[in-house]
Amino acid sequence: MKILVAVKRVIDYNVQVRVKEDGTGVVTDNVKMSTNPPDDNAIEEAVKIKESGKAKEVVAITVGEEKAQETVRKALAVGADRGIHVKTESTIEPLAVSKILQKIIEKEKPDLVFMGKQAIDDDCNQTGQMLAALLNWPQATFASKIIIKEKTLEVTREVDEGLETIETNIPSIVTCDLRLNEPRYASLPNIMKAKKKPLEQINVSELGIDTKPRIEQIKVVEPPKRKAGIKVASVEELVQKLKNEAKVI
Amino acid sequence: MSNREVMEYDVVIVGGGPSGLSTAIKLKQLKSDLNVCLLEKASEVGAHILSGNVFETRALDELIPNWKELNSPIKTKVSKERFLFLGKTKSLSWPTWLLPKVQQNHKNYIISLANLCRWLAEQAETLGVEIFPGFPASEILYNVDGSVKGIVTQDMGLDKEGNKKDSFESGMELHAKVTVFAEGCRGHLGKQLIKKFELSKGKNPQQYGIGFKEIWEVNEKNHEEGLVMHTAGWPLDNKTYGGSFVYHAENKQIFLGYVIGLDYQNPYLSPFDEFQRFKTHPAIKKIIQGGKRISYGARALIEGGLQSLPKMFMPGALLVGCDAGTLNMPKIKGSHTAMKSGMIAAETIVEHIEQQKDLSIYAEKFKQSWVYDELHTARNVKPSFSWGLILGIIFTGIDQILFRGKLPFTLKHKHADHETLKAAKDMPKIEYPKPDNVITFDKTSSVYLTGTNHTDNQPVHLKLSDPDLPINFTLDKFDEPAQRYCPVGVYEIQTENNIKKFVINSQNCIHCKTCDIKEPSQNINWVTPEGGGGPKYGNM
Repeated sequence: MKILVAVKRVIDYNVQVRVKEDGTGVVTDNVKMSTNPPDDNAIEEAVKIKESGKAKEVVAITVGEEKAQETVRKALAVGADRGIHVKTESTIEPLAVSKILQKIIEKEKPDLVFMGKQAIDDDCNQTGQMLAALLNWPQATFASKIIIKEKTLEVTREVDEGLETIETNIPSIVTCDLRLNEPRYASLPNIMKAKKKPLEQINVSELGIDTKPRIEQIKVVEPPKRKAGIKVASVEELVQKLKNEAKVI
Repeated sequence: MSNREVMEYDVVIVGGGPSGLSTAIKLKQLKSDLNVCLLEKASEVGAHILSGNVFETRALDELIPNWKELNSPIKTKVSKERFLFLGKTKSLSWPTWLLPKVQQNHKNYIISLANLCRWLAEQAETLGVEIFPGFPASEILYNVDGSVKGIVTQDMGLDKEGNKKDSFESGMELHAKVTVFAEGCRGHLGKQLIKKFELSKGKNPQQYGIGFKEIWEVNEKNHEEGLVMHTAGWPLDNKTYGGSFVYHAENKQIFLGYVIGLDYQNPYLSPFDEFQRFKTHPAIKKIIQGGKRISYGARALIEGGLQSLPKMFMPGALLVGCDAGTLNMPKIKGSHTAMKSGMIAAETIVEHIEQQKDLSIYAEKFKQSWVYDELHTARNVKPSFSWGLILGIIFTGIDQILFRGKLPFTLKHKHADHETLKAAKDMPKIEYPKPDNVITFDKTSSVYLTGTNHTDNQPVHLKLSDPDLPINFTLDKFDEPAQRYCPVGVYEIQTENNIKKFVINSQNCIHCKTCDIKEPSQNINWVTPEGGGGPKYGNM
């Protein structure tokens, strides 16, 4: 079995994101970038499955600018076997990413495709679903547990009501939740070894697909500042204020 | 003893600041077949770098003469200079032609040192240097003959009690013909080496300062790209050494900072609050009013100069930059001297490897270089300020303008910074104004801007030699000054059921090292946390 894992380079989750003054986006210059956290879970799960002997190869793929390959290198350092970097300098929306992945999947023919449930930069939560539709494959989203069976997958999903367990056929798309596992560290010896693992670069133009943005972004603004809270003396006062002032009950 | 993996290099460099990166670049320029490895504890090169910074290009001109063609982040030339003496509400402008030559900046550039380091790291990698961010060197390895053999990187995946978690990854041993320590001011391995090899024998105690920096985005009308302004005076009293910098950088940004000598005496003094208060001065407030604070950080710096500079070589290893202490205090600059010290180290190492010359040639080379001349000329300025601001300025005028640093004597630093605090009962309490959240802020909202994080479940990296000392002694005698000298509020005294407790919020630590320096009993030892932790500075 072969597992393809899609990873994305995003602003590190510890960084205080700042909106550009002209409202065209957020500041990314000289900002620490990292792998999208749930993508780390996706890689970890794929590597674990490989280590258990159920998969033969784990391939990590990313789409983005030159530096996005750091994300693939990190995936290689924690156990992926080889990497693919689809290079583009322009804005790529989830639909375009799905189309790119579709092309690569047609060539690579993986049995499973893993990725994070959503990216922490745009929070779209669309790529996995769109890719499943394009490929006409089953999908299991928000996975917090994955069991590989003979020809199927048993996936536990994090849903609003609790946990839902479903079974899908293989091949399928799985998007991973943070609860799926605890990603391992990239150790120094493994980072050194990862430098020698193969990383193929493909220009997005070579794939012959339309990656034009479909969404026009009008303006990015900071969320409004929250007003300071108040302390109430008693439950009665709280109820009274919620009723009469806030008018929420 | 261990089953750690081992890797052999020609040279291992600990620290990706200006000195370490310059060492690495110069090594590869001189001898391209050397295997050079550089470790950086931050998650990326630059993320733990904080500096003013008005940059003198002298060392860079020598290292990479065509830096202007290589898209370096050195763009904003100093166009105008101002020096202000601040009173409580007034300010007096000092004519720049009356400033000592070392404080004239018209040939220099306003830069972000963090960005310069990112760029230097790219240059180094192009030359084949292997750079590994996120890996602190936590331990020194020695050969049987006592010489330095290399270092071990920090273990990852230990829990609070030091037990191995499932994710545990052992540190790795890196062995080298020469190990270069470039950790910056008060490096925790450098500190051990200075002690073990008695490198500071016969030298004055090292002197330190704590430097704060904020980046503000300000109104266009208040911004004058290229303007460099320094102030002395208010809010500090005559006895406390310090001053501010206000640099008008590119993109309508102002680099605003404050440096306070850590030889201050009043345990009630809070460097953080002095900096916050400084911004309320009319001369400063008018610049940042209507603007927005976008970054905050702090870092200790070296102020001791030549008198306190330890021997920089030992068997198998060299100290470079401010891990030794090459900052030029009256110039308020350390980047160019740090870089040059690294370049000299590289020359030393190549001669050591190719011609088996002893590493002690580093001292001779250093003495023949312009860094030594600079530090020699500058040597009497900082100690003269122990007589107070006014006498210090008068002496500095005579020493620097009339005699150009050539007075036939050398003033001494008498005390280490941890010895200077006076008992709390003998010193006045200081009431600091509450933050207004517009110009001034509290520590909590400030640390938020640093992007600091440490993995939750890991051993506390601020080690107390005696865990009971803060409550049993320091609280009573000095009102536990750690509550105030820490720029992000790592240390707190909490009272629970009438029992006082000393709390260490180590996850907030921004690796400034002030506690390691100023704790009056030297009870706090800063060690490396898990790799990648600490601040995530952008263009600091």
